Amino acid sequence: MSGSALRVVVVYPDLLGTYGDGGNALVLARRAAWRDIPVQLIEATSDGPIPEGDLYCLGGGEDGPQVRAAEAIRSDGTIVRAVGSGAVVLAVCAGYQIAGRSFPGADGRARPGLGLLDVDTVKGEGPRSVGEVVAEPLDGLGDIALPTLTGFENHGGVTRLGPGVVALARVTTGNGNGDGSEGARAGRVLGTYLHGPVLARNPALADLLLSWAIGSTEPLAALDDGEEEALRSERLHAVSRSRFTGRARS
Amino acid sequence: MTAPPTPGLSARARVALTATRALNAVSRRVGIGSGTVIGGRAGLAIDPGLLGRLAAGRTVALVSGTNGKTTTTRLLAVALEVSAGAGSVITNSTGSNMPPGHVAALAGGGSDGPVVLEVDEGYLPASVTTLHPRVVVLLNLSRDQLDRTNEVRMLAGRWRGALAGAMDTTVVANADDPLVVFGAGSAARVVWVAAGMRWRADAVGCPACEGRIVFGADGAWSCSCGFSRPAPDVWITEPGEGDGEAEWTDGRHHRVALSIPGRFNRANAVMAAVAAEALGIPADRALGAMATVDEVAGRFTTPVIAGVPTRLMLAKNPAGWAELLALVCPGDSPVVVAINARVADGRDPSWLWDVPFEDLRGRPVVATGERCLDLSVRLRYAEVEHQTVRDSVAAVGVAGEEWPSDAGRPVEFIGNYTAFHDVLTHR
Ligand SMILES: [Zn+2]
Repeated sequence: MSGSALRVVVVYPDLLGTYGDGGNALVLARRAAWRDIPVQLIEATSDGPIPEGDLYCLGGGEDGPQVRAAEAIRSDGTIVRAVGSGAVVLAVCAGYQIAGRSFPGADGRARPGLGLLDVDTVKGEGPRSVGEVVAEPLDGLGDIALPTLTGFENHGGVTRLGPGVVALARVTTGNGNGDGSEGARAGRVLGTYLHGPVLARNPALADLLLSWAIGSTEPLAALDDGEEEALRSERLHAVSRSRFTGRARS
Repeated sequence: MTAPPTPGLSARARVALTATRALNAVSRRVGIGSGTVIGGRAGLAIDPGLLGRLAAGRTVALVSGTNGKTTTTRLLAVALEVSAGAGSVITNSTGSNMPPGHVAALAGGGSDGPVVLEVDEGYLPASVTTLHPRVVVLLNLSRDQLDRTNEVRMLAGRWRGALAGAMDTTVVANADDPLVVFGAGSAARVVWVAAGMRWRADAVGCPACEGRIVFGADGAWSCSCGFSRPAPDVWITEPGEGDGEAEWTDGRHHRVALSIPGRFNRANAVMAAVAAEALGIPADRALGAMATVDEVAGRFTTPVIAGVPTRLMLAKNPAGWAELLALVCPGDSPVVVAINARVADGRDPSWLWDVPFEDLRGRPVVATGERCLDLSVRLRYAEVEHQTVRDSVAAVGVAGEEWPSDAGRPVEFIGNYTAFHDVLTHR
């Protein structure tokens, strides 16, 4: 974090904002502000340069806008440079695919990503992955142990992880990357298929990103997350109930 | 209802028509349906060409778009009664807006009067081809139910393809919505109405070139490729609170005073008036007739729920919510917001984060519905103080008890599709 306030940048909400993804940045900004951490929430639309930031949020998008966003972020260069000097990235769904090395365009042809994560995404063979996801976080995410992750996925891609990343979690319900794992992490860049938005349904993940961004090795001050906890437990119960009855319920 | 004679139908079509009517009657009688889909499905199974045959030779108007279809369909039907006579306009008033619902409406209609159909956005191209409408009203296009249909841009392209072949159709289209303008732009005859658009997040990407649409302060918009807002033929001014005036380029202007609230409903009424005019009803007489409509399928009624006078409103997506939040704010009466996520609502309520709930700051708010916990978290991050009560009728009761309105103003209830209908059944 440089300067006076933590800069949370929503990257191209006009192209990558299909699934309420702006919510992730809002959750980060509020959780910082509630702890009296000075924070600035910046929306960087695709008609201008991407500003310097401490924490970048990339969201979901349709095929065409995804390709355009990847091209624009690459030619802009700011995010890749910022990651080199320690910026944090949360990349969700289409944004996750963009953060990788390659992803399929609408025609299925591979397009270059940002290369921030050693992952390649291809079009899946089967139907789109749509539905609730439950995933158990794996070790190696940092000093803060994360609880079970909950979210909603909606994507047609299958993502293969290379040796340069670790998976974020192991799915117990849903598809995630397509091989039983969910998401990927390299350094301070974290990719995931989870919507919800993911940080609203997993505030501990939001706090992990915040602690990376402000360079804190101590856990952040606790907040009253009663409403988030109620939502988490309801979603986790809904999934286990639907598995038990064999019916899709939510 | 006596079935009208149907000369000119083949034996197969007559069998299909009889089956449609019989099944609709049965389904209404035993209460398993509103009698609009089951029969229509059976009829189409027997004769896939039934819809086109039933509509042949009739005056047909179609209404489509993401938001406002049901209301605009109703307003246009009422306007056409001015010359066709009360009860003689055939319409799918229950909102069954796909082909089985259209078959049911046509099979059940006891007259040869004009036909006004609400059409699902995805079915509009096929409906244009099958029904040969005299008029098509295109209201707006925005994201809706993302886990089922996520390509509004693609829909606009399909509209454009279908309307290019409709040489005898007048399209009444919203000039303020770039996706609608792209969809309508191929039509032989278009009347452009500056109907407004509060939600622009889905219209930034240019549908013509994939470039970027830039919006000006005065409602103008354009892309560097040359695709831009057409000069409106009709526009709406808002001379006073709750009042509107529609103006035509030829200098005419008519007052828009409705019994249902909101800027978006005045825009719907003007679109309907322009459509009515294309079918021979003077716009001022059409608007006059529309003023009598005080509810549309329960929307904007103020029944007593759990002992509390409550104004019921339905919003299904961020664009619809943005309009209704603008309608109820500013104000000080309690607001009950209700969210379900059944199949009809879309299973993923992530879109709640696209809704400007921040508008509700300072208001008494109760979050309810099957997904009230998603809503409560959303409201927490919007910094809107609220209570959370899962049962929606109980939620209205809490709102009325904790914040009795001394001015006699009703509690405002806004729900998405099934959440709205859950409360509507408690009227
Ligand atoms: Zn363009």
